[in-house]
Amino acid sequence: MKARIHSFESFGTVDGPGIRFVIFMQGCSLKCKYCHNRDTWDLCGGTEYTLEEVLEKIEKYKNYFMPSGGGVTVSGGEPLLQIKFVTELFTILKNKNIHTAVDTSGNFIITEDIKKLIDLTDLFLLDIKCINDEICKSLTGVSNKLELEFAKYLSSIKKDMWIRQVIVPGITDKEEDLLKLREFINSLNCVRNVEFLPYHDMGRFKWENLGLKYPLEGIRTANIDDVKRARKLVLE
Amino acid sequence: MNFEQWNGFNKLGEWTKEIDVRGFIQANYTPYEGDSSFLVGPTTKTTKLWNEILDLYTKEKENNNVLDVDTKTPSGINRFAPGYIDKDLEEIVGFQTDKPLKRAIMPNGGIRIVEKSCESYGYTLDETVKKIYHNLRRTHNDGVFAVYTPEIRAARSSHLITGLPDGYGRGRIIGDYRRVALYGVDVLIADKQDEFATTDSDEMTDEIIRKREEIHDQIVALNELKEMAASYGFDISVPAKNAKEAFQWLYFGYLGAIKDQNGAAMSLGRTSTFLDIYIERDIKNGVLTEELSQELMDHFVMKLRMVRFLRAPEYNELFSGDPVWVTESIGGMGIDGRTLVTKNSFRVLHTLINLGPAPEPNLTVLWSKNLPEGFKKFCAEISIKTSSIQYENDDLMRATLGDDYAIACCVSAMKVGKQMQFFGARANLAKALLYAINGGRDEKTGKQVTPRFEPITSEYLDYDEVMVKFDNMMEYLAKTYIKALNMIHYMHDKYSYEALEMALHDRERDILRTMACGIAGLSAVVDSISAIKYAKVKVIRDETGLAVDYEVEGDFPKYGNDDDRVDDIAVSLIKTFMKKLEKHHTYRNSRTTLSILTITSNVVYGKNTGNTPDGRRDGEPFGPGANPIHGRDTNGALAVMNTIAKLPYEYSEDGISYTFSITPATLGKDETSKVNNLVTMLDGFFTQTGHHINVNVFDRQLLQDAMEHPEKYPQLTIRVSGYAVNFTKLSREQQLDVINRTIHEKI
Repeated sequence: MKARIHSFESFGTVDGPGIRFVIFMQGCSLKCKYCHNRDTWDLCGGTEYTLEEVLEKIEKYKNYFMPSGGGVTVSGGEPLLQIKFVTELFTILKNKNIHTAVDTSGNFIITEDIKKLIDLTDLFLLDIKCINDEICKSLTGVSNKLELEFAKYLSSIKKDMWIRQVIVPGITDKEEDLLKLREFINSLNCVRNVEFLPYHDMGRFKWENLGLKYPLEGIRTANIDDVKRARKLVLE
Repeated sequence: MNFEQWNGFNKLGEWTKEIDVRGFIQANYTPYEGDSSFLVGPTTKTTKLWNEILDLYTKEKENNNVLDVDTKTPSGINRFAPGYIDKDLEEIVGFQTDKPLKRAIMPNGGIRIVEKSCESYGYTLDETVKKIYHNLRRTHNDGVFAVYTPEIRAARSSHLITGLPDGYGRGRIIGDYRRVALYGVDVLIADKQDEFATTDSDEMTDEIIRKREEIHDQIVALNELKEMAASYGFDISVPAKNAKEAFQWLYFGYLGAIKDQNGAAMSLGRTSTFLDIYIERDIKNGVLTEELSQELMDHFVMKLRMVRFLRAPEYNELFSGDPVWVTESIGGMGIDGRTLVTKNSFRVLHTLINLGPAPEPNLTVLWSKNLPEGFKKFCAEISIKTSSIQYENDDLMRATLGDDYAIACCVSAMKVGKQMQFFGARANLAKALLYAINGGRDEKTGKQVTPRFEPITSEYLDYDEVMVKFDNMMEYLAKTYIKALNMIHYMHDKYSYEALEMALHDRERDILRTMACGIAGLSAVVDSISAIKYAKVKVIRDETGLAVDYEVEGDFPKYGNDDDRVDDIAVSLIKTFMKKLEKHHTYRNSRTTLSILTITSNVVYGKNTGNTPDGRRDGEPFGPGANPIHGRDTNGALAVMNTIAKLPYEYSEDGISYTFSITPATLGKDETSKVNNLVTMLDGFFTQTGHHINVNVFDRQLLQDAMEHPEKYPQLTIRVSGYAVNFTKLSREQQLDVINRTIHEKI
C-alpha cells in the first residue's frame, strides 16, 4: 500500500487538538483561488511512501503528541482522494489508540468506503468554502452541495467536527452569507469548534514557482478585525 | 563547627563537620510543588533602582558600548574602592571597579589584547602598566606564544582551530560561591591551610610544589576577598546570618572572581535553591516577606546584569554583544526523588518580568520529566514572553553528575566545587573535510596548512576515498588541537591562575578536570558527506589544482529531518573525532570531553570556510551548535529535535546545543495551548535524550523591525547557541543570520 504525499509536519499545533503529526497528501481536485499550497494539487506530484514508512515516521513522534492529547492529522491536498491508504493507516492508528483527524473539503458522496473511514476518524476538520453556492463555484470550481451534505451526514451520526472557513475580504465574508452559515452550523450536532482563517497571500510564491498567475491578484489579505467580525456574526 | 548564624537549620549529615554545601541543601530545603500565584511585582525601590540602571545603559550605549575604563589599575580581588549606583536603594552592593559599568583591565591574560581593547574604545593604556607587562611580567598570552609549534600557528591562523583561549581568560570555572555564605571565609581558609599542611611531603615533586603554590595563592585570594567585603562594610569571615546577608556574601564571592578573572564565561552555579533556605528561615522568623524576598532577588539579578569586561571588538564579533555567561542553573530533581525546585526557582525567573528580559544572567532550567507541573508551565510561560531561558536535560546529567552540578557557560555541566574545565574552543570539521580533499591546502588561500599529503584528483568525489583521507585529517587535527590546548592551559595555570575560584573548590585530590574540546560546522560537514555518499559531487578546481567549488548532482538526505541515513553520519563523526582526541595525553591528566556548540561564532567560522560539497556557499554561516544548516530542515520542529536527540551525549559530555525558534502562532492557538505544547515538546525532546535547547518565541517581522529601529527594542533578548544576547547589540551580519535561521512557522 502506497500513497503520494506532499510533505510531513512533525509539529502541527493548529490542525486538531494537541500536538499533531500532519501528513499532507498530494493531489486535490478543487481549484480554490486562495490555496496556499498550490503545489499539492497535481495528482501525480509528491513522493510515494509505503504505509510502513509513514507508520515508522509517526512512531518517532509519539513521545510528543501522545502526552499532549494530540495525534495524527491527514491533510492535503485532499486526503479522501487516497481514501484506501488513509483507511489502512487509521485502522492501525486506532489499534494503537492514536487520535485521528482528517482535514477535508468534504466534497464527496457518502459511499460505504467513506463511511468506513468516518468510523475510524475521531475528528473531521471540515472546510466550508462558502455557504453561498455561486461564490463557492466561482472560488473553487465546484458546488458546495456535497460538502454541506457531508457535514449533515457527520452530524447525523454524531461525529465530532470543526468547521473552518477562510475569510477572503469581499468574497467569503458577506454578512448575509455569514448569517446563513450561522444557521447551518446551528443545525448541526457535534460542532466542537468553528474557526475563521484569515486569507493571506504567503502561498503566492508557490503559484509563481509553477509559472502560474496568482488568481486573487488585487484582493487584500484579511486581518484580525475581519476575523473578529466574522466570529461575531456567526458565533455570538 | 557551630555558629549562631546556623540557628534554625537542620544539622543532620556532615555539613557542619566538613565543607558540604549539598549536604546543607538536602537537610534544609523546602521543595515547592505549587504554581506561580505567590509571586509579586517589583517594589518601588526596585523600580527606581532599575530605572537608574537603564539610564546608565543608555549612557553606555551612547558611548560606543563602553561607559568607562580604568586604564591604570590591573584588576584584582581588592584593588578598587567600593562602588555604588545609589547606596540608599541598593539592597545588594558591590561592583567590579569603583563605579558601575566601569571596566577594568586584566593584563595577566595578555597585554596586547588589553592595549587593543583600550584603543578600540578610545582609551590609552597607562604607560607604567604597559612597561610592566611588556618587560617585567609575562602574561598567559606571551607564555603560549613562546611555546606554540609552527603547525599550531598554521592551524590557528587558517581557522582550522578557532577561538582558542590563548589571548584571553579561559573561564568556565565555577567557584562554589555558596560556601562563602554558608561557612564564612575563615572556615574556608582553615580548610585550605589544613590541605597545605598535608602537602609537606618527603618527596617534593613538581606536582606537589605546584600544589603548594596554588593553595598558597588560594589562601591569599580568600584573605583579599574578606578585605574587599570589609571595604563595603561587611565582615564575611563568619557565616551569613540571614537571607540578605546570604545573597550579599554569595555575591561577594562571585564579585571577587569577576574582579580577578576575565574568563570567557564567568558562571554563577546553582544558587537559587540554596538561597531559598535562608529566605524560608527568615519568613518563618517573621523578619522577611514575599515582597522583600523578591526584592532581594531582583537586586541580586540587577548586579549580575551589570557585570562587564573589557574585550576586543574581534571577541565581540565572535560572540556577539557583551556576553559574560553568568549562568545560573535552576530546578532539577534530587537523587532522592524530591524536586530541587523551590519558591526561589520561581523568583529568579520572575526577574525577567519584574525587570524585563535580559541576556544575563544566563538562566538555565535543568529540566526533568518529573519537575512539578506548576514549575514546568511557569517556565514555558516565561519562555514565550521573554525568549530568555535555556533548558538542559537534568535526567540525562543527573545520572553521571548527581544533583549538585551546574552549567558553566552554555552547556558544560560540572559538579559545583568539585570539577573544573580547561576550555578548548573548537575545531572546524567542515574545513578539515576540505583539507582532506585538498591535501592539507587551504581552500581560500591555497596555502599548505597541514603537512602535505596526496590531494584527491578525481572529477567526482568517491565516498570511500574521501573518508579515508578525512579520517587521516581528523587524526592530524586532533593531535594538533590537543597539543595547543595543553600548552594553553599549562600557561594559564602558570600566569593567570584562578586562585579565588579554585579556593571555592574542594581539595586538589578531589578535583576532576576536563579538557573540553569542541566541534564547529557539524551540519555542514555531515551534509557534505551525505552529498558525497548519496548524490554525485563534481569537483571544480582552479588552475593550481585546488578544489574551490563543488557541483551536486541529484538529491541527498539532509541533517535535521530525522533521517537515519544522514543522522548516522553525524553520530559516527562525533564518536570518531572524540576517540581520536582521547588518544592523546592531556595536561594535568584531564578527562577529554567534547561539545557541539558554537554560540554565535557559527557566523565567523562560516565566513572563513570556502564552498563545501553540500552546496553551502563560501562564507555562508554554519548552523549554530548542533543545528541543521538554515532552511534544510523541512519536516517541522520535532524532526529537528529528533535528529539532535540522536547525537550521543556519552561522546559529547560537554554539551550539544540546539537553538529552537518558533513563531507564537505556530506554537499554538491560544496562551494555554502554547504553554502546554511547549511543555510537552520539552518533555518529549528530553525523553528522547536531547541535551540542551534554547527556546525563542518570536515573529520574524519583530526582528526585522528591531534591526531597523533598535531604539524601540532596548531589551529585546533572544537565545543563540547556549546563551542569550540583546538582539540590538548583534552585528548586522549576525542579526541577518538569526533572521534567516529557520524559524518554525506555519503558513
